Amino acid sequence: MIRLQVNGQARDVDVDGATPLLYVLRDHLRLNGAKFGCGLGQCGACTVLLDREPVFSCITPVSVVAGRAVRTVEGLGTSDNPGPMQRAFIEEQAAQCGYCIAGMMMRAQGLLEQNPSPSSMQVRQYMSANLCRCGTHMRILRAIDRAGALMRETGTKGKTT
Amino acid sequence: MSAVEQGTRQARDAQHDALDSGRLRSLSRRAFLGTGGALVVAFSLLARGQETLGQGTKQEKAEPQNRGEVPKNAPPLPGSLEQDPMLDSWIRIDANGAITVFTGKAELGQGVKTALIQIAAEELIVDPARITLITADTGQTPNEGYTAGSQSMQHSGTAILNAAAQVRGILMSLAAQRFSAPVNVLTVQNGVVQGPAGRTATYASLVAGVDLHVRASAQSPLTDPSSRRVMGTAMHRVDIPGKVTGGESYVQDMRLPGMVHARVVRPPSYGARLQGLDAQFVERMPGVVKIVRDGNFLAVVAEQEYQAISAARALARVSRWQERATLPAPADLHASMQRLPSKDKVILGQTWNTLEGSDVVRATYRRPYQMHGSIGPSCAVALAKDEGVTVWTHSQGVYPLRGAIAELLHLPPDRVRCIHIEGSGCYGHNAADDAGADAALIASKLPGRPVRVQWMREEEHSWEPYGPAMVTRARAALDNGRIAGWEFDVWSNTHSTRPGKAGELGPASLLAKPFPPSAPRPLPQPEGGGDRNAIPLYSIPRAKVTHRFIPEMPLRVSALRALGAYMNVFSIESFIDELAAAARADPVEFRLRHLEDARGIEVIRGAARRFGWSEYARTPGKGRGFAFARYKNLAAYCAIAMEVEVMRESGEIRVGRVAAAVDSGEAVNPDGIRNQIEGGVVQSLSWTMLEEVTWDGRRITSRDWGRYPILRFAHVPASIDVDVIDRPGQPFLGTGEAAQGPAAAAFANAVADATGKRIRQIPFDPPRVRAALLENR
Repeated sequence: MIRLQVNGQARDVDVDGATPLLYVLRDHLRLNGAKFGCGLGQCGACTVLLDREPVFSCITPVSVVAGRAVRTVEGLGTSDNPGPMQRAFIEEQAAQCGYCIAGMMMRAQGLLEQNPSPSSMQVRQYMSANLCRCGTHMRILRAIDRAGALMRETGTKGKTT
Repeated sequence: MSAVEQGTRQARDAQHDALDSGRLRSLSRRAFLGTGGALVVAFSLLARGQETLGQGTKQEKAEPQNRGEVPKNAPPLPGSLEQDPMLDSWIRIDANGAITVFTGKAELGQGVKTALIQIAAEELIVDPARITLITADTGQTPNEGYTAGSQSMQHSGTAILNAAAQVRGILMSLAAQRFSAPVNVLTVQNGVVQGPAGRTATYASLVAGVDLHVRASAQSPLTDPSSRRVMGTAMHRVDIPGKVTGGESYVQDMRLPGMVHARVVRPPSYGARLQGLDAQFVERMPGVVKIVRDGNFLAVVAEQEYQAISAARALARVSRWQERATLPAPADLHASMQRLPSKDKVILGQTWNTLEGSDVVRATYRRPYQMHGSIGPSCAVALAKDEGVTVWTHSQGVYPLRGAIAELLHLPPDRVRCIHIEGSGCYGHNAADDAGADAALIASKLPGRPVRVQWMREEEHSWEPYGPAMVTRARAALDNGRIAGWEFDVWSNTHSTRPGKAGELGPASLLAKPFPPSAPRPLPQPEGGGDRNAIPLYSIPRAKVTHRFIPEMPLRVSALRALGAYMNVFSIESFIDELAAAARADPVEFRLRHLEDARGIEVIRGAARRFGWSEYARTPGKGRGFAFARYKNLAAYCAIAMEVEVMRESGEIRVGRVAAAVDSGEAVNPDGIRNQIEGGVVQSLSWTMLEEVTWDGRRITSRDWGRYPILRFAHVPASIDVDVIDRPGQPFLGTGEAAQGPAAAAFANAVADATGKRIRQIPFDPPRVRAALLENR
């Protein structure tokens, strides 16, 4: 049994410690946000926050996560009460198919928590770990700008737990 | 309830229905029929007295029984109404006021659900939030073939626009009778008909006893385009809230009771044969439920997903394959393609002969194989039960897939139901259908248990059908600054090997009794396949265009977004710039000089103005490029201008400002159009700057994102600015593939402008750019 802290809640899972975090989140905890994209840490669709750092959950064994805070897009808010990052993506209509978007939002959340006012170049460099195939990049960049502004306005780092 | 939740609930309902009922009926159209008071007294399918699994009575083409009384010499009906003319195939209003709209098209991330809801809300005169939209499902919706070719708005949008107007017309006539008032004094507000003396009647109150199982008319009482309320507005996409909050948005997210996970162990290369397998160890691995082998088709099923992945990896290690060298020498690709037998067809200018003279300009352009490269590998869930199978799939064509899977499993089509659930963007015929076939094959060995199959990254990269490699050759003669003669030849494989037959499903070729693929066919003009957009829109007095169709396919290929239009527009619009340079003309002015199409002229002027073409100030290392096309010569018009900077030492190219103008006819959702053009520009830049499928003698080697890089944030343009030219009342013109060709050519022209060197082979990766810069220095 491994005890995880996911979106502020303690969760016990009975799973082989070598299992990547992604499958624990999706299959054991039934969270949809983190997506399988490559299993190789190349695309970022599976990005979640581990403590304060974005990580590729597809190549992170669950054993190394025990006792540390995992945050997924579900921890940023709900469709009825979306957090600043989610509001920004909705307001900018920053998705096409949307498969990469939860991973994008978690990486952007990690950036804005560390640097609330990144330059445009810093955002582009930081986000380069995550791939989008629909070509929604320009909107994603605008949404991250907007999320930063929303978080600065409200003086919060977003509704994350 | 959000549309996402509706989709999930729909899947769940179907699942429950499938599991709960004695036989696998799935969610039938009849299940939607209210009793007493429903506007729809009979769904068109039920007219044929069938209610078995999947309501699979709709044939690939609508049959006469389903067409009502067809008047003699009837004029054609608008959009897909021509194929499925009964109003209740498209719109249903319940006695409780619920409004359901049906489309045979699927949401692929292009925003079509939102646009179709806007259209229905506009013509029904109701709040869009009141509409439930049901998308591609062989058990519920009209058969609109594939969601492809940027045709959803033309086909389904037009059908729903007219069906909604006609339904509203019928309801208003009923209200007029009830009020004893002429129809023309009535108005509607959010589904409530307003009559004289303050009398009102809701749609719900009007539907009692009404039969909408009637054939649509050719003419519809359409609302005045100048008084649009919902169409023409940037309504927010209905699917995005779920997608940004971790909703169950995709087929990948489906979890059905008792579901198991499967992985396929695909051969290491095309044509490889499974020689031996020692699977006992794998059978004993944790969670393993079953190993499935049928010829060269090998799969493993486990209770949990990561158990299935681990078991599949173990199975791959203990399987022995005999491989064959089937692939062409990579360095000789384009020459070897041109040596293959081709079926040549002159598609323009039968009488034109060879160009002669000293002022003839010639150029040859090349494109590699390129992949769809969905971020989420293909996935499907299937459930076999009671001699039938239901497949939840992100296929672009649920009806064609149903036919193919029925053949694959030796079932009658009405025992197969295919339900579209969103997946990762597909950009054409990727592995979606193959995953559906995998799931159906494996589920057929495990009746009663839903089977979820998702491909791994290396399967998707090495087994999806690629966009074909192509060669084009252009020649033209100039006379007094005008193009006097033109010859264009395009060499290509087919651009569609989509299913319809089992042989088009990837796993079908692996079975002990394989299904042979159909003979490849060129797609006919005017839309074309390899020759899509091979005919220039410009006015040229003497022109000849030849499509050299190559049947032999050394690599698996099919439809990649824009098909041949990407390469043909890249070629033609690069060549136009080469001709403009030879004529010492400004590229924008040179295009206008040869164009008569007023809407084409307007988008060219629009993009040039938005970019600031005439005020452009040249700076060292930078250049600007322009290109234009009308997709398929019959869909949306798009012109693009962009600036690039070329790093001479590294060969790296940075894209600066991009300005585009697009005319998609009436713009139902201008922001949706903008999103499509922005995405098309970025995707095309990725193809053009970076992308190339690679292989050695036997195997595809571009098996992951490391060896098939695509554009990352660090290299996307500085900005993309899109001008949507709205034309209220004009027909919808498909937008999803309008930008790819012009973006590639505008980029190539900007590189040539910046460096003075013309690059004619895609991709423009740093080694190729450096080599070009070193030529004839």
